[in-house]
Amino acid sequence: MLMVLGYNIGPLLAQGMLGLINGAFYALLSLGLAVIFGLLNIINFAHGALFMLGAVVSWMLLNWIGIGYWPSLIIAPLIVGAFGVLLEKVFISKLYKLDHLYGLLLTFGVALIVEGLARNQFGSSGMAYAVPDSLRGATKLGFMIMPTYRAWVVVASFVVCISTWLILEKTPIGATLRAATENAALVQSFGVNVPRLVTLTYGAGVALAAFAGVMAAPVYSVNPNMGSNVIIVVFAVVVIGGMGSILGSILTGFGLGLLEGFTKYIYPEGSGVVVFVLMIIVLLLRPAGLFGKVS
Amino acid sequence: MIWSFSRPQLLALVVMLAVIGIAPAFVYPVFLMKVMCFALFACAFNLLIGYVGLLSFGHAAYFGMGAYVSAYAAKSWGLSAEICVLLGGLVGAGLGVVFGAIAIRRQGIYFSMITLALAQFTYFLCTQLPFTGGEDGIQQVPRAALLGFISMKPDMAIYWMTAGVFLIGFLAIFRIIHSPFGQVLKAIRENEPRAISLGYRVDDYKLIAFTLSTFVAGCAGGMKSLVFGIASLTDVTWQASGEIVLTTLLGGLGTIFGPVIGAVITNTLEFYLAPFGSWVTVTQGVIFVLCVMLFRRGVVGEIAAKTKVSL
Repeated sequence: MLMVLGYNIGPLLAQGMLGLINGAFYALLSLGLAVIFGLLNIINFAHGALFMLGAVVSWMLLNWIGIGYWPSLIIAPLIVGAFGVLLEKVFISKLYKLDHLYGLLLTFGVALIVEGLARNQFGSSGMAYAVPDSLRGATKLGFMIMPTYRAWVVVASFVVCISTWLILEKTPIGATLRAATENAALVQSFGVNVPRLVTLTYGAGVALAAFAGVMAAPVYSVNPNMGSNVIIVVFAVVVIGGMGSILGSILTGFGLGLLEGFTKYIYPEGSGVVVFVLMIIVLLLRPAGLFGKVS
Repeated sequence: MIWSFSRPQLLALVVMLAVIGIAPAFVYPVFLMKVMCFALFACAFNLLIGYVGLLSFGHAAYFGMGAYVSAYAAKSWGLSAEICVLLGGLVGAGLGVVFGAIAIRRQGIYFSMITLALAQFTYFLCTQLPFTGGEDGIQQVPRAALLGFISMKPDMAIYWMTAGVFLIGFLAIFRIIHSPFGQVLKAIRENEPRAISLGYRVDDYKLIAFTLSTFVAGCAGGMKSLVFGIASLTDVTWQASGEIVLTTLLGGLGTIFGPVIGAVITNTLEFYLAPFGSWVTVTQGVIFVLCVMLFRRGVVGEIAAKTKVSL
């Protein structure tokens, strides 16, 4: 067996691969947070709860009306995205003139409501969601056995992340969005309906979280607490990456997942805290974050 | 006025003292002690959010650590009650000075996210450090004697001690807010660049305020673990951090008596909603949304605005 620095390379890579799957979810979630923060200037605390809602909706679609994985990969984000649009219209849009902290507090309240309701309905134990038939099975990679579904998660979220980045950087609508982030009043004076743009951006960011939730459903069990467990790590990811750059948040997400995976093999007790330790180090050396602009 | 209390504030203080004195005749004392511990915790939190404008979303770390250390000191070292509570406060402050120094490197929303992440870091440490007892926590903590010889076993004995700790903390925070130091804190809240241009070392002020706040939070946690005889992971969770934000917001950010009223309301709600399981969480969420949307000044803040007095 190949050795690197005294560690077996096989299990190390296997753990790294598992970490990459977590990283895929971190990337999707921190991407959504960054897009929302860019335009709305609020930290969407409900992001984790809406990630969970995506998984729960796909579970309900399957078990209550028999809609399978592939359609729900589209339908669940649409439903949760519509909920997000409603949320923005009714509540969040009223808070833009106030201190940013109120947006955080409001979305925290929303997160508590969504999680509490889910726990009432489904209890705290997880509900299994079967891997779709077309993605069953596994491939032998020499150093590990790679379940097809997990490979799909990494590839699909990578593609979605890169597409989002391309939309933001290379299309006219992305250009409008970036312009509105810089100066909303000016963009509005050019005849762009900025409030609608803001609403749709929030909806899209939330839909991304729900998409991640649907993909997470077969990996972790569908569980009302799955969102809150992941969102705090994602906050640390966002602090490390800095929210100035979309590509930065994608890279940081995948990178930290990988790092967590390696730590699980090298020093298992540390895997829960490695992201936080890295956050502390980054804050001491580069307070604005790896990709952030100094404000 | 005495100690820079205004007339209405003095009146409110007298009412509060009277309630503390009379209430145990009508209400279960252990419940009242819980309210006072959380009220003190909320006052400590309010010192930051209300007077420096820093939203710490991880204050449970200091409260919970204070609870652990105080419980450990009472159970394993057999120290007297007031030393246990002070140790809780010191450890809270020790953690606070380190975490505060890291968190104040960023402003606004980032500050909140960093404090939350550091609190979660503490939570993970508490699940693994040997002295915290992991999932079981530290159980059957004896009610250590005050000064080593005044027994705290009867509920009413420890009730008066809790009331004492609460009042000392409450008055200390009141004093801090109205000191020249407190005025600088308010200046930082209102306009940080201007405070810097006036020559104040803003970061030093923030760090001192953060440390003071975490000291009081640690004392509150230490007192709580002596009252209930247990320190557990519940007190270190992000939910506990969220609850104290809610308590303070509901009572009124930046008011003297708001956190106390907030603690009374949230603990009463929790008590009556406890049989309904997760509805507690849902209710808390709804109150959050209502507070942010409809009355951002909180209960005491609204009363103060209506009557045009500062409470």
